[in-house]
Amino acid sequence: MAEKFDAIVVGAGPAGNSAAIVLARAGLKVLQLERGEYPGSKNVQGAILYAEALEQVIPNCRRQAPLERPIIEQRMWVLDDETYVGSNYRGVKKKDEPPTRYTVIRANVDRWMSKKATDAGVLLICEATVLDLIKQDGKVVGVRTDRVGGDIFADVVVLADGVNSLIATKAGLRPTIKAADVALAVKEMHFLPKEVIEQRFNIANDEGVVIEMFGKITKGMMGTAFLYTNRESIALGIGCMADDFKKGGITPYDMLDEMKKHPAIKPLIAGSEVKEYSAHLIPEGGYKAIPQVHGDGWVICGDSGGFVNAVHREGSNLAMASGRMAAETIIKLKEEGKPCTAPHLAAYRAALESSFVMKDLKKYKEMPEIFHANPQFFTTYPELLNKAAATMLKVDNVDKKTKQKEIAGEFVKRRSYLGMLGDAIKLVRSFR
Amino acid sequence: MSKVEEKLFENRYRVDEGRPHIAIINADVCEGKCTAKQCTYCCPAACYALEDGKVVLTTDGCLECGTCRVICDDHFNIEWSYPRGGFGILYKFG
Ligand SMILES: Cc1cc2nc3c(=O)[nH]c(=O)nc-3n(C[C@H](O)[C@H](O)[C@H](O)COP(=O)(O)OP(=O)(O)OC[C@H]3O[C@@H](n4cnc5c(N)ncnc54)[C@H](O)[C@@H]3O)c2cc1C
Ligand code: SF4
Ligand code: SF4
Repeated sequence: MAEKFDAIVVGAGPAGNSAAIVLARAGLKVLQLERGEYPGSKNVQGAILYAEALEQVIPNCRRQAPLERPIIEQRMWVLDDETYVGSNYRGVKKKDEPPTRYTVIRANVDRWMSKKATDAGVLLICEATVLDLIKQDGKVVGVRTDRVGGDIFADVVVLADGVNSLIATKAGLRPTIKAADVALAVKEMHFLPKEVIEQRFNIANDEGVVIEMFGKITKGMMGTAFLYTNRESIALGIGCMADDFKKGGITPYDMLDEMKKHPAIKPLIAGSEVKEYSAHLIPEGGYKAIPQVHGDGWVICGDSGGFVNAVHREGSNLAMASGRMAAETIIKLKEEGKPCTAPHLAAYRAALESSFVMKDLKKYKEMPEIFHANPQFFTTYPELLNKAAATMLKVDNVDKKTKQKEIAGEFVKRRSYLGMLGDAIKLVRSFR
Repeated sequence: MSKVEEKLFENRYRVDEGRPHIAIINADVCEGKCTAKQCTYCCPAACYALEDGKVVLTTDGCLECGTCRVICDDHFNIEWSYPRGGFGILYKFG
């Protein structure tokens, strides 16, 4: 294929699909390469879809997208070995205010988005793994794949190839991702009849519940877990930083199985049929781990740029937004007749900086290091919190003031005044 | 079947027979120099097994996550790439 394209997009996840759709709709000649048999066959997500980010790529998305359930209730659990302390928020559906969060099945979303891309004129080739970037005089001018015969050229290459970012790494455009900057998540899909899910979670047929969890279930590692209700399935997953798994103690699959035995979780998935087990990395290094995201003839979008807000469990929306912004930058250069050089593509970085993508990542830039270095947030505090709740709720003829003293004493014993003060400062610093 | 094998059994794969996409670069480093052998307990698909002090890699159940690539950072002894286009794990739901 000696043909030359306006743009080559690598990857058909949310970042690549968003970029491809926006580029093609503006009339650019786009080639998209995906290594999976179909878009989505390699990808893993919880999954919560954030509709407003999608809306900016595909207007009226709520009417067409393969959504599972709008989320009306969010539960947050802090778990000890057998108990949890939690909070719930339950909203109501409003006529003039459509929901912003939906549970989805990721493979369905990728396929649907990809159809929009090909409808817009994108030439999509699946089962093609991009092996290398082709450079001429330091500028990226195309890609080499294991399928499509020979080299393929384009004015710009959009790297939306996900967290491992192999292509950019191999080409020396960025360093290899570090174990301290990625979380490994494992997940299972538990199938149950629709009615059973609705009964167990106290919801109607068009309502969904999500539970976000942290505490002793991650065995002292920095990590979180989730349970999301789909139409006829429950997605259950847990993830911790890869360098914490490296220190040892428990394998990822044993951690998942242990979690399924927790007395609060077990009844929610009882009787289900597990139809898939998946694993995927999540870039959680935050702002400080973001590599160079543009250069001569290339841009990086989505997970390969490290655009994940771990605190709020947002990733796919940052992927969509960054893919869209990269495309908009390229379209503008094209219109102005300017080449896709590094100085011109700097407009992409600027667009990211002035959007929620970089603003949110900056806000939490201290977070990963602070939580990483202080496992007490995942062990001691969840335990103390649960014990405190148990003590206060136990009716055993001990007066409440004595109970309060006992709880306070326990906190001081485990963390000391100075320790708690330090922890409070750290929390403020990480959320500021 | 071990617990993790039971899990992988639910998944769909198209295995690229005879063409593993991940390789251990130097088996002596694993056996002699790498004391933790973290690949054997970090891989979510248990692709790395410890047999008589040696690390044996079987990529058939690989979920292509990339964990082994990033955690083998004491000796950088893993050559890692994606399978050929169309091969490997095939998620139905993801
Ligand atoms: C367990 C889990 C739960 C999550 N939960 C949520 C959530 O609830 N909400 C949310 O918003 N985000 C969530 N995320 C994060 C979210 O999944 C990612 O941020 C998002 O998928 C990133 O999209 P992407 O397009 O950048 O990358 P990907 O989705 O990884 O897409 C990359 C694509 O490129 C292809 N590719 C890679 N290399 C090559 C190559 N060399 N040649 C050709 N093709 C290639 C891949 O096959 C893939 O299709 C979660 C992630 C995980 C792992
Ligand atoms: S972690 Fe790397 S060096 Fe150590 S045993 Fe595994 S492959 Fe070998
Ligand atoms: S990529 Fe993931 S699943 Fe595959 S061998 Fe490495 S750690 Fe195991």
